[in-house]
This record gives sequence, structure tokens and C-alpha cells, in this order.
Amino acid sequence: MRHTPLHDEHEPLGGKLVEFGGWHMPVQYGPILEEVRCVRERVGLFDLSHMGRFNLTGPDAVAFVDRVATCYCARIPLGAIRYGLLCRPTGNPIDDILVYRSEDEVFLVVNAGNADADREWLLAHADGFEVALEDQTEDLAMIALQGPLSEVSLARVTEDLDLSKLGYYRFSHGTVCGCPNVRVSRTGYTGEDGFEIYIPTGLAVDAWRSLLEAGQASGMAPIGLGARDTLRLEAGMPLYGHEIDAEHNPIEAGLKFGVSFLEEKGDWIGRAPLEALHAAPSRALVGLVTEGKRVPRQGYSLFDGEENVGTICSGAVSPTVGKNIATAYLPLHLAQTGQLVDMDLRGKRQACTVVDLPFYSRKRS
Amino acid sequence: MRPDDRHYLPSHEWVKTDGETVVFGITDFAVEELSHGNEDDLVYCDLPEPGRKLTQGETFGEIESVKAVADLNSPVAGEVVEVNKVIEDHLQVLAKDPWDKGWLIRVKPDDTSMSHLLNAEGYDASVGEADE
Repeated sequence: MRHTPLHDEHEPLGGKLVEFGGWHMPVQYGPILEEVRCVRERVGLFDLSHMGRFNLTGPDAVAFVDRVATCYCARIPLGAIRYGLLCRPTGNPIDDILVYRSEDEVFLVVNAGNADADREWLLAHADGFEVALEDQTEDLAMIALQGPLSEVSLARVTEDLDLSKLGYYRFSHGTVCGCPNVRVSRTGYTGEDGFEIYIPTGLAVDAWRSLLEAGQASGMAPIGLGARDTLRLEAGMPLYGHEIDAEHNPIEAGLKFGVSFLEEKGDWIGRAPLEALHAAPSRALVGLVTEGKRVPRQGYSLFDGEENVGTICSGAVSPTVGKNIATAYLPLHLAQTGQLVDMDLRGKRQACTVVDLPFYSRKRS
Repeated sequence: MRPDDRHYLPSHEWVKTDGETVVFGITDFAVEELSHGNEDDLVYCDLPEPGRKLTQGETFGEIESVKAVADLNSPVAGEVVEVNKVIEDHLQVLAKDPWDKGWLIRVKPDDTSMSHLLNAEGYDASVGEADE
């Protein structure tokens, strides 16, 4: 199992470590539901150094991304970030990614468990493009601050960068915890305001400790992958291997916002089948809530009467909603707000109601 | 060492003889695996109705935490005669006291033999906590 530069920090903080995407990562430090509340109400600190990071340089970097990714890279303003996917020729994804656009480079953040496959896929499709890929995963630690008190916490250790001026899905560089020229983005995977920062590996431990100390006055706590999964599900954000995978396309997953069919983008891998799906989808990803105590889990079957109509993609106890929540694909005639379906638990049924996604969205000031 | 007045399955259930009947529960190890020390992380326990006949090793219920769900397996064969109603709504009782107040079901056993089960020492060893 691979270790992040912050690996040895987690156990002394109470972290319980598990295997995730080939890495030894903290799943929780305390009760998961309290960690969720900490991020919704205050601020949480996450070690995300397992996420894959690739830097693309060269004159064709942008054109290359426009060939392999679903988002329209040439149209991303400098200093901005967009969500996109790397798709197979079928239109079904290899991974979902964040694309950071700079003057002379494109920086990609990918899922830990897919990073090797992503790198191979990118290199296999780079023929004819003047582009170089540098894997920065081991060079940089990735740390997230998420929650309404993120800005005030991070500002305590940031110099020469005005965080209040950094817009959502924008990035810049500044001195963080004494480390100059750190990439700081206003992004996250929780549905809250927050930042993701990229610190050179050798300075990561000091920065992590400084951030925890700086956050103390704001009630900051370290947050594990368990709460992160609940937070992203509440916010209606997909997770590869759950809502999207080799069998589930981004269109029916509700991710059209990350897919560009503009003619100027040109042809890209997976475009034609996704355009066809966009014109005629057959199912849709929906949110489900259940009043019952049983927690929906990936793989549980859904029934409309005696007909098996779908399968749970993700499920969780949601402290924010106050109910158990899930996502699932349903045929379009059942993918209607208020529709009832039954979740099967070894022959016992528990009623679920279709609701709009996301389950939670923060009030923006 | 864990209580030696009862027997164990490697899947973390215990069974204790109490007169004509036996009582089933789960071990502190199982509770810890499910809840990581956070009693509120246990969310649901599905138990059988009195009158149900169980075979040895049969799954008679499930216990569920925020992040996991585990089968409950029957250490011996018999008929369910009583269910601990308290824990259905108060799983923290099970989290706090899995050995006594947090019992799951009471069973009238078909056979009083426990020789197929682990004793406390054997169970400790099976979870990697053997005495040195």
C-alpha cells in the first residue's frame, strides 16, 4: 500500500487507516457523523494526497485535453477550473477529473484508484500532440480545507494572496504556511466553501500541523474518507465506481454540465455515443430518501412492485438531511420526484422516495 | 481474556447457557469493528421473531453501522423464544455492554453440545489477541 507524505500524522490524531485506491488512508478520526457536521458547520482538514495529479505542458496541451476530455478546455479562462471526464470510445468514463487551465500548462486532478489507468490512457492517445505529461502525485501533497470557516482558517497562514478575491472554481498561487508559490484552488468535494492546496512533499507535514493549529480557533478537525463520502453524496457529487464507471455514462448521471458538444471543440473520444444518449436517454440518476432505519448500500436492488427496476449506487446516513439517502439509476418513467420504489433487503422491503439531486446545497452569501 | 462462561464463533457471536435456554450476543470485537468506538455509529439491528427455528450457522439477522453491515450467525440450532427489544431502539446498550445488557436473542437449543465452538481462549486467539 502506498503512503501519503502525511501518513504518519493520522494515527496520533485518532485516525483509523484502511486501504483505499491502493493507498493507506484515514477513513475516520472520530464518529463519521460528527465529522460531517464539523464540515457543514465549521471547517475540516483532509489529506487528499492520494489523488492523482498530472501536469500537461507543451504547445498542444490544451488541444490534447480537448481530444481526451469531455469539457471544453480551450474555453476555460486562465486561472479557472472545470469538471470533466475521460471517456472510452463508448462514452462511458475511465475517470472524472478536474482541469486547471494556466497560460502554459494544464493541471489535472484524477481519482487515486484510476490514476495508473488514466496515465496510460492519456499517454496512449497523445500521438500527434506536442504534449508532455508529468506525474506530480508524489511531488506534491494535496490538502483540502472544507467548510464555512475555511477562508478565515486558511487566511491565518496565507500571505500575498487575498483569498476573499479567489472565486469558486478559480485558482491562484500564494505563500501558505511559509511555503512560497503554492497552488490554491477554491474547490472541493463536500458541497461547502473550501480550498484545495498543493504543497511540496517535503514541507507537507509542517504545513498540515500549521493548518490544524491555525484552524483550532475555528473548531477545525481532521476529516476522514468516510465523512468525505457522505458529504459528497449529500452534495449530489458522483464518485467513480458508484455513480459512474465503465457501465454508466455521464449523460444519464446528470453530468452534462461537464460535457461540451460545441462544434468548435472538435471531435473527442466518446463524443458521438454521448450525443446520441443526450438526445435519447433511457434512465436517469436520481436521489432517494428513506424513512426506514436500514441504510441503502451499493448493490441493493430496487423494485417497483415485483419488477427489479434498478440498483443502489451509493448510500449513507445523512446527518444533514436527517434521513438515510442514496443514489440509483431508474428508468425515466420512474425517475420522477415523489415516485416510490422499494429497496430489497433479503426479501424485506423498505420504501424509498425519489427526490431531486442534490440532497443538500449550501446557501451562498 | 474474554468471559469464559460462554462459547464463541469466529464470526464474533457468543452463546451462553442460562438454564434451559441459551442467549446469543456479539463480542466487543464485533462492536468495535462496526462502530470504531463510536456507539452512535450503530444504526440498526435486524432480529428474528420468536418462534423462528434456526439451524447451526444460519444467518438469523444483521447488524448495521454507518459504514458497514454484518451478518449475525447462529452458534447453535434451536428455536427463538425471546428477542431483546431494548436494543432495537437503543443500540447504544449493545455498544456499551455487549456481554450482558446487550444480548440479542434467547433460544431453546435442540442440543446442549457446544463442542463445535471456540472457548474464550480460542476466540481471543482467532482475533489475534492470544495470551503471550
